[in-house]
Amino acid sequence: MELPTQTFRVTRADLVRYAGASGDFNPIHWSDRVATGVGLPGVIAHGMFTMALVGRAVAEWAGAPDAVVDYGVRFARPVVVPDDDAGTEIEVTAKVREGAGEGLTRLDITATCRGEKVLSQARAVIRTPR
Amino acid sequence: MSLDPSYVGRTYPPTAPYQVGREKIREFATAIGAADPAHHDPEAARALGHPDVVAPPTFPVVITMAATRQIVDDPALGVDYSRVVHGDQRFAYTRPVVAGDELVCVNTIEDITSRGGHDFLTTRTDVSTAAGEPVVAVWSKLVVRGEA
Repeated sequence: MELPTQTFRVTRADLVRYAGASGDFNPIHWSDRVATGVGLPGVIAHGMFTMALVGRAVAEWAGAPDAVVDYGVRFARPVVVPDDDAGTEIEVTAKVREGAGEGLTRLDITATCRGEKVLSQARAVIRTPR
Repeated sequence: MSLDPSYVGRTYPPTAPYQVGREKIREFATAIGAADPAHHDPEAARALGHPDVVAPPTFPVVITMAATRQIVDDPALGVDYSRVVHGDQRFAYTRPVVAGDELVCVNTIEDITSRGGHDFLTTRTDVSTAAGEPVVAVWSKLVVRGEA
């Protein structure tokens, strides 16, 4: 079963807010000068910010804020966030898989930005929604 | 210079306890747009059976990212942090983190491999309460990019 797509807009302001809340002040997430200096196309989102947004999608599908039992991702490609009001968008979908165990559901997650996968091997195990 | 695989299995002393604050959880939830009342309102959290507001699933990284500096900054291991890229991340929860938790991290170097000129360092952080109750296990794989 495929779960309904959820879309998250990401702007520079979101990255600054996440930096403050998480304590991750790596300048590649707020300075174009530093980001391009290390060979990136521009400022990129924190991988953990993308993972957090996908975690919101998982909680939404689960129907509960405390249903996630196991959650893991591989960061496959950076999410480039332009310095404008529109920012960029991350699209999240998931397929429900069998075999997670009694009362549990496994989700195989796909997260894309501009048509390209930004996470691979993204999986969550949630308590099966009642 | 590649990382020495003989460090695999090394465990570091427990970190100083981290006091999980209600406002910190609210701030983190707001920063990621998590609007569920259980992240913000203690009554909503109690209705789900928790003693106080519930942290979103990736919140523990706030604590573990700082804690794993124990490994990343270990001069004996010699990680060049300016070359580090985040590869993988995983959380396995015994229960969600809630406000009021006092959490201690125990870091272990779980794996070191080298491939294609890059080093791959997998850390495991066992997060438990100061009283010893397990809360969440957190794995990070860091890629230390080789000199071009």
